[in-house]
This record gives sequence, structure tokens and C-alpha cells, in this order.
Amino acid sequence: MAISYKPTRMEMSRLKKRLSTASRGHKLMKDKRDETVRRFITFVRRNRELRERVEALMSEAMKSFVIAKATMSTPAVEEALCFPAASAKVEVGSAKVLSVEVPKLTYIPGESRGLPYGVFGTSSELDTAVSKFSELMPLLIELAEVEKTCNLLADEIEKTRRRVNALEYVMIPQLQEAIHDISMKLDENERGNLTRLMKTKDMLKAKEE
Amino acid sequence: MADIAMIGDKDSVLLGRAAGLEVYFETEGQAAGRLIDKLARENTRIIFVTEPVFEAASETVKKYRSAAFPAIIPIPSGKGSTGAAMRSVRENVEKAIGADILF
Repeated sequence: MAISYKPTRMEMSRLKKRLSTASRGHKLMKDKRDETVRRFITFVRRNRELRERVEALMSEAMKSFVIAKATMSTPAVEEALCFPAASAKVEVGSAKVLSVEVPKLTYIPGESRGLPYGVFGTSSELDTAVSKFSELMPLLIELAEVEKTCNLLADEIEKTRRRVNALEYVMIPQLQEAIHDISMKLDENERGNLTRLMKTKDMLKAKEE
Repeated sequence: MADIAMIGDKDSVLLGRAAGLEVYFETEGQAAGRLIDKLARENTRIIFVTEPVFEAASETVKKYRSAAFPAIIPIPSGKGSTGAAMRSVRENVEKAIGADILF
């Protein structure tokens, strides 16, 4: 028994208030949990779909890159790619999914379009690999957004579930038990008082006679 | 500072540079972890790491899981996908729902 209490009416009404708050909280938490799970499922489906697509496209780009490396010497490839293209940026916003702050990412490609190296001395396979990878970028960013959202939602669901369970199986039963105990004790006092009164009355009556 | 970074072995991430990402060559777990910490301090938004690195630096990756940024996203390396990324998706499902209901 974790809740300590004095068997008084004041205490009982206080506990009753706590119980009603706890049950309302429990109901809200439960609703929140159900809704988060529903959203989570749609997100995680999307996550899986994106990941499968990204992995397929990525391995394609990598394959072209391997071929490019086979047709060119390694230093030549490195030289072609050592000068970075205009750096890509993401615009960061935030959205709220049931009071969980999740990132919202928008991809802004680097300004210079086309290849960051000259066509002289580089093979066309390298061009293919680079352009394939550049096409992949928006998808990668979306994947990042969705995957992060899934991570955050999963954490939140776990937390909410713990709270729901704590309320349902610990807090509420304890409060109910405490209220029950107090009402029993108060009733017992009442009965004790009543019998005492009756007894005194009898004694007084006996004295008078 | 670049918004998007990429960590992995040379063959896998060189392509990222052509797409305008900040590229780091690192395959060793602890060093990659330190690198991720450094990038996180510098406000990098997204860090793509190849799957082998993702697994090697899993401790650091876990640390940033519940933070809004940076998003650390595993991508297949040049040698193909190892399934580590899918596993992490699955872990999420198990954590949230308690059972793997999607796969």
C-alpha cells in the first residue's frame, strides 16, 4: 500500500478527487495511445516502402559507380569528385503529431545543375552514377524525415503506454482501495458511536428506574 | 555548415560529394561516433551513414534517436544492403506495438 492516509472525511474526499482525475487522465492517455499507434502504423508503412525503394535505387547507382571505377583509374575518379558541387541544403520545419514534435524537411538542391567536373577524362558511366544519385536525393531526404518521425513516435508510444499501464494497474486500484478502506473505517466509527450512545441511554434509563 | 553529411567508406560515399553533401571517410566505430558527435554539435541536420558504420557506431546512434536532430539514417554501402536498416525499422515497430505486425 503506497498511499498513506488518515481515515477522515477530508482525506476521503481528497482521494476521491484524485481518483476522478486519474481516471480521466487514464481515458485521455488511452485515446492518445491508440491514435499515436494508428498514425505510427501509417508512417512506418511509408518508411518501409521508401526504404525498399531507396535501397533498390541506391544499389543501382552504386553499380554504375563500380563500373565507372572499372573504366577509369581510381585517382581519376577521386580527382573528378574531389571538388564538391554546390552544397545541398534542407529547409527545416517542424510539425506536430499529437504533441510530438517531428521534423519536416524540404530538400533544396545545390545551385549548380549538372556535373561538378569536366567531361574530359571522365567516363559516361560516372555521369550516370552521379545523376542517378542526385535523383535519389529527394527520396533520401523524405526517408530521413519519415524515419525520424517513426523513431520519435515509437518513443512516445512506449512512454504513453507505460503511463496508461501505471494508471490502470497501480494508481487507480490503489486509490480505490484507499477510499474503500477509509469508508469502512468511517462506517465502523459510526457504528461504534451508535452502539455507545445506545448503551449510555440504556444505562441512564436503568439509573432512573 | 552543411546541412547534410555522409559518413562511410570511400567507395560508398564519394558519390555523395557530387550531390553536394559533406562527405567524411570513416569506417571505424569509435571514430565515427566522435565524428557524429562533432557534426551534431555543428548543427548538421541529417547524417547518412553506411550500414556497417551504423552498426559499428550504434551507441552514438542510439543517443541521438530520441532527439529531433540530427537524423541519423542508415543507407546501404557500396557492397549492398546488409539489412541493418530494415532491422532498425522493425525494432521501432516492436517497441511501439509490442509485436512485429508489418513484416
